[in-house]
Amino acid sequence: MSSLTEKDRPIVQLLLNSGTCPRCILRFCCVGSQALYRHPYKDLMKDLKEFLKNNQEKEDTVCSDVVDPPCKRIRLEPTEEGPDDLNHNGALQQIPSVNDENTATENSAVKVCNVCLGILQEFCEVDFVKKVCQKVNSSDYQFTSFVFSVSLPPQLSVRERAAWLLVKQEMGNLGLSLAKDDIVQLKEAYKWIIHPQLSEELGVPADGKSLFEVSVVFAHPETDEECHFLATACPDCFKPAKNKQSVFTRMAVIKALEKIKEEDFLKHFPCPPSSPQNLCVALEIQCNNGAVFVAGRYNKYSRNLPQTPWIIDGERKLESSVEELISEHLMAEFKADSFNFSSSGREDVDVRTLGNGRPFAIELVNPRRIHFTAEEMKGLQQTINNSSDKIQVRDLQLVTREAIGRMKEGEEEKTKTYSALIWTDKAIQKEDIAFLDDIKELKLDQKTPLRVLHRRPLAVRCRIIHTMKSEYIDEHHFRLHLKTQAGTYIKEFVHGDFGRTKPNIGSLLNRTTDILELDVESVDIDWPPTLDN
Amino acid sequence: MAAAGGAERYFTRWYKPDVKGRPCEDFCVLQHSNRICVITLAEAHPLLQSGKTIKSINYQISANCSRLQNKVSGKSKRGAQFLTELAPLCRISSSDGEEYTIYSCIRGRLIEVNENILSNPAILQEKPSTEGYIAVVLPKFEESKSITQGLLTQKEYEEVLLKRLNSSS
Repeated sequence: MSSLTEKDRPIVQLLLNSGTCPRCILRFCCVGSQALYRHPYKDLMKDLKEFLKNNQEKEDTVCSDVVDPPCKRIRLEPTEEGPDDLNHNGALQQIPSVNDENTATENSAVKVCNVCLGILQEFCEVDFVKKVCQKVNSSDYQFTSFVFSVSLPPQLSVRERAAWLLVKQEMGNLGLSLAKDDIVQLKEAYKWIIHPQLSEELGVPADGKSLFEVSVVFAHPETDEECHFLATACPDCFKPAKNKQSVFTRMAVIKALEKIKEEDFLKHFPCPPSSPQNLCVALEIQCNNGAVFVAGRYNKYSRNLPQTPWIIDGERKLESSVEELISEHLMAEFKADSFNFSSSGREDVDVRTLGNGRPFAIELVNPRRIHFTAEEMKGLQQTINNSSDKIQVRDLQLVTREAIGRMKEGEEEKTKTYSALIWTDKAIQKEDIAFLDDIKELKLDQKTPLRVLHRRPLAVRCRIIHTMKSEYIDEHHFRLHLKTQAGTYIKEFVHGDFGRTKPNIGSLLNRTTDILELDVESVDIDWPPTLDN
Repeated sequence: MAAAGGAERYFTRWYKPDVKGRPCEDFCVLQHSNRICVITLAEAHPLLQSGKTIKSINYQISANCSRLQNKVSGKSKRGAQFLTELAPLCRISSSDGEEYTIYSCIRGRLIEVNENILSNPAILQEKPSTEGYIAVVLPKFEESKSITQGLLTQKEYEEVLLKRLNSSS
């Protein structure tokens, strides 16, 4: 093992004796060669034992990084399993091993590592890789790369600390020093080993920025209580959180380990850590794709359709909704778990949205399919439009998360135009309403309308009616086109809301007025980009 | 009663006649489907009869309490003055020397009183059911159905009016 030098010998011996696996040993020897960790377990074990026996040999005659047949000077006695103890002069001292296993059973009875609890052992093997890939392939996701995230049980940090203290002590005895930061992290080593295998099996590269996440949660119930002593030593690190089952989260444990003094740690935790009976268990293997965003503009032609489902006490009051009519098909095509619908403002149930329509964006959560060509999006748009005459969509396209911000911007800042059908109690003539056309930048003070006052704070809003254009119909009816500031309550501007919107059409005309119909003519925001529909 | 239009379209009318035994001092509570209530004078109220002129409207109902000081914040209308059925909202004097107390008629939080009638008392008489409202009250969610138990429906109120007509003739 060319990566190991003389000064590593005592550590290797010490750790091997205490039941640490070869890969963890390499980690504590600060071996940074990724390829070495990928060697088969058996070979690594063999090589390490070789290394220990070759006490006189210089490193260049010892096996190199390539998987080679065993070295020339084999002094391994096949019946001996336990580690050999070497003193400083290199004389072999044969001590009867505690576990009297022979080499033949060595392969089948691999001791679970007392530091990684099997993560760098069993869970690097092809069987586990196959298990993960099977889960991925059966979940039917579309992806071009993956990120593999692993959740390790907190007690691993505790055991790592114990092992480090052991090694540090030994190094100290030899007059050498060891920096904690030089030790290879368990997760890092694990990824070195498993990424290439997963990558090969799945046919795509590993990429830290990938939106497709394969996650595994490991647990080791046998040793779960090992963290508990930290609660007595550093109680303020372990505050019970309402939604967490255990107070001993990974973060809390790491924090406590940073705080606790060495002497206190050694008082409560065995050093070296004990050998466990069982391996870790892979609790869940889950796949998740990052959300995709679909934007567009919708028209609403029904006067009986809410934006979101209208359900009171479990009972649906009105059939369907804008968001359901649009999202239904997207959910099916993208095969997502759920969706979040948002739009640049919204209209009442009884208001139509005409013109270019209102911008909207839908977040599709955990979609199985993510790649759609412009043609396919057009097809989707057609499908939605064919399925309902209550809504129509246009400019349907995939957008980024950042793009959503532009839409919400529009809600506050941009203008809207409306068309209202107005009734008056006292008769009107054309001349009576003509003056409305000349009013520009009319300032309104609108108190929170009574119809929403049960769920909104009481406030006064200043809003501007930029322009108006009237169309006389008959003595009691006229149509009014208005261009207003975002956030203006049009209905209240027409009927006055008990005089709580001032001025209002009623006060301007000196009559009692009512709004019979309202249509949104345009939402003046140029997002999302217009497509050649 | 004219058919409701405009602002009052989604309100149900409930009545409380002869409040505190005072004849014809009738009130009309407009209840919205979202449970917000608007307190108004019913048409039979003396203040709305011809010939009455309003001299003053006072929201200071006691030494410590002015309805104008009512301040609410947030969606749940924290800080609102709580009203019971017979809590006074304001006192109105007419030029003929009479004084009338306007009562809440329902339990709930006072959201606002109508300040427009202070500057323009005429609208109380011209448009008692809309711009001339007295106050807006939000009953507790649990009580929103029960508040109308002490009140009369439109039909029941019309019967009361009929009885009055018959007894006076």
